[in-house]
Amino acid sequence: MAKEKLTIAVSGLNNIDSPGPGVSVIRGLRQATSFDVRIIGFAYENLEPAIYIDQLIDATYHIPYPQAGTDVLLDKIKEIHAKEHLNMIIPNFDAELYSFMKLEEALDQIGIKMFLPDREKFEERHKVNLPKFGEKYNIKVPASKAITEAYELYELGDEFDFPYLIKGKWYDAYIAYTSEQAVNYFNKVSAKWGLPVVVQQFVHGTEYNVTGLGDGKGNTMAAVPMRKLYITDKGKAWAGISLDEPKLLELTDHFISQTKWKGGFELELMKTQEDEYHLLEINPRIPAWVYLAIGAGQNIPETLVNLAMGKEVKPYEDYKVGRIFIRYSWDMVIDREQFEQFSIKGVL
Amino acid sequence: MKINPNIAINENGLLFNPSTGESFRVNPTGARVAELLKEERSLDVIISKIQEEYEVDRYTLEKDIADFIQLLKNNALIQNNE
Repeated sequence: MAKEKLTIAVSGLNNIDSPGPGVSVIRGLRQATSFDVRIIGFAYENLEPAIYIDQLIDATYHIPYPQAGTDVLLDKIKEIHAKEHLNMIIPNFDAELYSFMKLEEALDQIGIKMFLPDREKFEERHKVNLPKFGEKYNIKVPASKAITEAYELYELGDEFDFPYLIKGKWYDAYIAYTSEQAVNYFNKVSAKWGLPVVVQQFVHGTEYNVTGLGDGKGNTMAAVPMRKLYITDKGKAWAGISLDEPKLLELTDHFISQTKWKGGFELELMKTQEDEYHLLEINPRIPAWVYLAIGAGQNIPETLVNLAMGKEVKPYEDYKVGRIFIRYSWDMVIDREQFEQFSIKGVL
Repeated sequence: MKINPNIAINENGLLFNPSTGESFRVNPTGARVAELLKEERSLDVIISKIQEEYEVDRYTLEKDIADFIQLLKNNALIQNNE
């Protein structure tokens, strides 16, 4: 019997040195054994590399930035849907998720599925709200505070000691060792990502990450822990290894069962010398390194699609430990006409 | 005393800790000691075995093995004395 063919739109096509998750998600979908896919790319910029990678995406469309508002985004998606008949959208950028959550019902009405956390969970896990989140779900988190004015850096209180991190609302984090550095980073980060800016106590230790998938009912459908082996100057993993660490899996199960998390996610954790894990951040979407999880035996994008389609899915119970991913960069040479077509017509 | 049960020891003398993702390269004697620890041999047995296999005086061997075990402990590869 022929497999069902699904048309799935994927964003996060900026496969740069701090890559979006799109390419890894698409590779997972292309390797899915339970369905065939036609992939539609959603791109914000004309030079997002994945637009031009051969045989990765069937058609890419330019979509408006979140600042344009959800009405404009919905109109654009409807226009694409009329041509492509989308079954599902997998948004992969932190900054766009809120817009897609707001459109969940409207998209569902026209037959487009998504599998996203609900807005309440999305908000409460935000780094701005992390201390409350930790308290509510009994998860250790470092002291952090959202601020909107630079002078607040001088009134942080006893919970904070140098060094601490200055984090952007969506991306970027800098370590500040002095108040002058902190003010400098506050200005830099707020200019780029807006307010508030998050101050987070620096926790010494080794960083670990987990990517996983919750079914929205409290069940862990997939979870693979990883340690970065090679880190870029932006703090991104350029190589990493899958781990067998029961404590990380327990913590992940706890997070999912307590929050009834729906969708893909990444936990960023710091293990201290006392062997305690502190949760630094929860990214509410699949991370770019998800291809390691796929290579270790858990195809998170495939399972996410099957959950969204309402299929009965069994949770993954195992994965290969000691699998290593190593990223690489690869120059493509394309014709100017391809770039021009996407820039001007917004489709390739 | 025993090496953490999930530690993988490969034939080239690499110890891999799957819960931290760290790998350590040890020399052939170190790999042999690690193997014996994995078999849950007592320190006395390990010292006797190594002494049978290598030309070394007991005093030097005891000192070297104590150093090696401390290194394993420092890197969370070994469980504490029971």
